[in-house]
Amino acid sequence: MNLRQRRRLKLILRLAAAIAITAFFLFPIYWLFMISFKTPEEIFAFPPKWWPGQIQFDNYEVLFKDGDAKTVGNSLVVASVSTVLAMFLGTLCAYSLARFRTGGENLANWIISQRMVPPIAVVFPIFLLYVWLKLVDTYVGLILLYTAFNLPYVIWMMRGYINDIPKALEESALVDGCTRWQVLWKVVFPMCRAGLFATAIFTFVFAWNDFIFALVLTRTEVSTYTVQVTHYFGGQSNFWAKISAMSVLGTLPIFIVVGFMQRYLVRGISLGAVKG
Amino acid sequence: MADLRITALNKYYGQVHAVKGVDLEIPAGEFTVLVGQSGCGKSTLLRTIAGLEDADSGTIEIGGQNVTDDPPRDRDIAMVFQNYALYPYMSVYDNIAFGLRARKTPAGEIDGKVQRAAQMLAIDHLLQRYPRQLSGGQLQRVAIGRAIVRNARLYLFDEPLSNLDAQLRDEMRSEIKRLHQELGKTMIYVTHDQIEAMTMADRIVLLRDGKIEQQGSPLDLYERPATKYVAGFLGSPSMNFVDAEIASVAGRLAVRVGDSAVLPLPQSRNDRLAPYTGKRIVLGLRPEHISRAREGDAREGLARCGAVIDLVQPTGARTYATFKLGGVEAVAELQAHEASQPGQAIELAIDMNRAVIIEPDTEKVVS
Repeated sequence: MNLRQRRRLKLILRLAAAIAITAFFLFPIYWLFMISFKTPEEIFAFPPKWWPGQIQFDNYEVLFKDGDAKTVGNSLVVASVSTVLAMFLGTLCAYSLARFRTGGENLANWIISQRMVPPIAVVFPIFLLYVWLKLVDTYVGLILLYTAFNLPYVIWMMRGYINDIPKALEESALVDGCTRWQVLWKVVFPMCRAGLFATAIFTFVFAWNDFIFALVLTRTEVSTYTVQVTHYFGGQSNFWAKISAMSVLGTLPIFIVVGFMQRYLVRGISLGAVKG
Repeated sequence: MADLRITALNKYYGQVHAVKGVDLEIPAGEFTVLVGQSGCGKSTLLRTIAGLEDADSGTIEIGGQNVTDDPPRDRDIAMVFQNYALYPYMSVYDNIAFGLRARKTPAGEIDGKVQRAAQMLAIDHLLQRYPRQLSGGQLQRVAIGRAIVRNARLYLFDEPLSNLDAQLRDEMRSEIKRLHQELGKTMIYVTHDQIEAMTMADRIVLLRDGKIEQQGSPLDLYERPATKYVAGFLGSPSMNFVDAEIASVAGRLAVRVGDSAVLPLPQSRNDRLAPYTGKRIVLGLRPEHISRAREGDAREGLARCGAVIDLVQPTGARTYATFKLGGVEAVAELQAHEASQPGQAIELAIDMNRAVIIEPDTEKVVS
């Protein structure tokens, strides 16, 4: 084998390994999607059917007819609104910490320590508080909670991104006639756009994936899809068709968001990585 | 009329007293250079003028208006930063137009102004590019364009050339000076580079430890420094300082250096220096005032002394020769071929008319 052939073989082996690894990790997602399109008989067929005989949407239809799909809508509302709120408040707070040294070094560290609180430690006190405030099973209740829970993360990340912006850029804008708010809008936000998007995605995903808060703090009105899925695991049998269809509905928004923002996501994460 | 008047300005950074009671007046249209070593407070002073730092006490007036507590945008200033401070996500055009838009200049006027500024700086072909596509010199031109496009009262430059290589720096130096002549605006320029200060300034303000050490025209400071620090700061190579003594030799005053050299002073300096007879002083000699002695040249105040060359540094036009004077190294600026190798013994002529006599304790120049 000459050098060129050896190189070629190496490349082929590498590609094969990459494809195998990707297939291994993507398989559960593939399987999830496939089950959601299968009839009950096909789901339990043995040997397993790798591809449904006929793509049918009955499993989804049931979810929409019974109103179960509304929980995905609830998830969307609370995750989106809390993300927007947390990003807005968190970025302002981060700017203050980064540029005006608000609270010195310690306040910033204290804030991120809040993120380390395990949800289970606070969920029951919060439940009692919410009963008293009549916030159980309301959008406002969940949105407030997710916003509060995500704030430390947003503040911490955005503080890092803002610290990376050369101060002179902002000073130059101040001299040129901008107010602090204009500086934020015209300089700070564009300069950390990648970081903003990356942080927003993580914030959104946290709220989207949350289970414990939604389980304890909702009943029927604003129950989220993560809680809804658990209703399909029964004592006698599990409704695999519904489970898979609901899971697909719950996965799609994340796919779409990440797909659109992949560019920012990668840049935002690596930005943080380099800075350390 | 003064365009900028600073009175008793103080600025602290925690425990550090960065600007110590500075009083300064800058007339309209003047190009003033704040110069000093790093940490002398020159940048802090400039940033306080801009309003980017708050003054702890004292007042700042721009165009007769007290702006001490005003935010930067209300001070009618434009500023060029050391690291260009261009927005990477905006084209050159938008960068230059940024200040105009921020100040709500009518859209119809913006284009004309941007084009004019770009033409002045020869960057009109770069307007559609982005900062990352430009070289250092081009970036600096854009940064200057951002400032001059605005019709500000006061233009501030914070070490704008320190990131450029030597050749570009020379080029931009004359460019900025030319701009000043064309625009006739009041400009304040901060640098640690004494050559920049000398070549560009109408007036140099030399700062040391947060205070003004001396101010005046470049040649004023160069020829009549008030202190040893000023004398040593300006000029390249810098002034030679030699411990010496004023002595009365054969009825006239002279400077005695070590045991060997006696350098007679010109009659004209007698009055000032007579009280120092017998006292220790520091003799300051600029390299260009030490030359190779010529036969028959016996001008008043020209002192001769023999020297052995230690080190020869030719620059082409001139040759710098290092020799020992009173036990310390001194540099003489000779003609290109007047010194060729170490160890060479030559006769030097020192122009004592130009020598600076410094009181060693106060470090003040006495004559």
